[in-house]
Amino acid sequence: MLSKRIIPCLDIKDGRTVKGVNFVDLQDAGDPIELAKKYSDIGADELVFLDITATHEKRKTLAELVERIAIEVSIPFTVGGGVKSVEDAGVLLHAGADKIAVNSAAVKRPELLTELADKYGNQCVVLAVDAKLTEEGWKVHLVGGRERTEIDLFDWVVQAEELGAGEILFTSMDHDGTKSGFALDALRKVDGLVTIPVIASGGAGSEAHFLDLFTKTDVSAALAASVFHFQTIEIPELKHKLAQENIPVRII
Amino acid sequence: MKNIVIIDYGAGNVKSVNFAFQRLGYEPTLSDDPEVIRSADYVVFPGVGHAKAAMETINEKGLVEVIKNLKQPVLGVCLGMQLMCRYSEEGGVKGLGIFDVDVKKFDDELKVPHMGWNNVENCSSIMNGVEGQTYFVHSYYVPMTEETIAECDYGLTFSASLAKDNFFGCQFHPEKSGKVGESIIQNFLNQ
Repeated sequence: MLSKRIIPCLDIKDGRTVKGVNFVDLQDAGDPIELAKKYSDIGADELVFLDITATHEKRKTLAELVERIAIEVSIPFTVGGGVKSVEDAGVLLHAGADKIAVNSAAVKRPELLTELADKYGNQCVVLAVDAKLTEEGWKVHLVGGRERTEIDLFDWVVQAEELGAGEILFTSMDHDGTKSGFALDALRKVDGLVTIPVIASGGAGSEAHFLDLFTKTDVSAALAASVFHFQTIEIPELKHKLAQENIPVRII
Repeated sequence: MKNIVIIDYGAGNVKSVNFAFQRLGYEPTLSDDPEVIRSADYVVFPGVGHAKAAMETINEKGLVEVIKNLKQPVLGVCLGMQLMCRYSEEGGVKGLGIFDVDVKKFDDELKVPHMGWNNVENCSSIMNGVEGQTYFVHSYYVPMTEETIAECDYGLTFSASLAKDNFFGCQFHPEKSGKVGESIIQNFLNQ
């Protein structure tokens, strides 16, 4: 049976991991390679790296980093952050990334999804979408949630699949950082509207939240950052707990 | 040192396959040159992307007969394995016909691509002794055949792995399947 995937997300700036990472047994928790290997060893199913480097020149560092990750790590990984064109994606894919996440650039120019899928196949095109529940419903937000658009979340994910996205990474800005559980209703609706896999993001605070997610929705995967980085939740224990509740997971 | 050649015909993540062999201590050569491919001890035929586009490239590069006539162990990975079959519903394209089976599209009722870790079972040949899960990403599948050496369930039971004479195929990505994947690559190199 296909396992539900558990995916740690690492924020990268200038080739280093940012946001508090607190693995006591790592010599350098700011080294994305060391952290990636650690996660791979303890049973993470995939990794997502989001590059938050501001300047264009420093993006070369990202391609070099991607290649180093690909050399060292034997599980799949997605790279996102600032991908605006087929060329941007090509640099990262050729460096060894398995998938590319696009967010704002696809909102501004939806045909980017089609261009990427035509060139590299939809299996490597992840549409990352950040949304908030407003008085007019769930609206897509840009720039890490700071800029609201009038685009409806549910319309957007359906359109994105038609255009060529192979996977949806949906982050609820209302839940992100709250550690109060995933946006179950919205996730269930997103998942029901598309035939591609959906990754849930935003709100993970306890093992019970993951159990809720996988029993109350059919999403394919859960992504989280700080609960894994600070070892509030240990991936092996989380997976054992899910397995006990008959959620299909990969135990290594 | 084993002379391993990875066929580099511009289809997808050749680098990841190369890195996986390097992690095991080997130094493969990447090439689309028929002479280099023929001289290898082991040949790896990777592939990611669309069957029709990939097959056109293989035709243009004159590699169809080269691959079909190889006598050393050959491992097709993901789309590589599918191209070694008779025919693919993806683009309605004729394959190399090494494996006597047609590639079909998954049912629309399922989430497609079939993406993630899934169990491989009833393992033999290069899959012998493999237990656990491997990483799959695909929208088309190879049905069960007499050449199946490992199976996987996703809405139906399909071929996770194939073998015929010196030809082997993996639908999953051994290069992305952690320790389990490494053991499969090692088994292939013990052929």
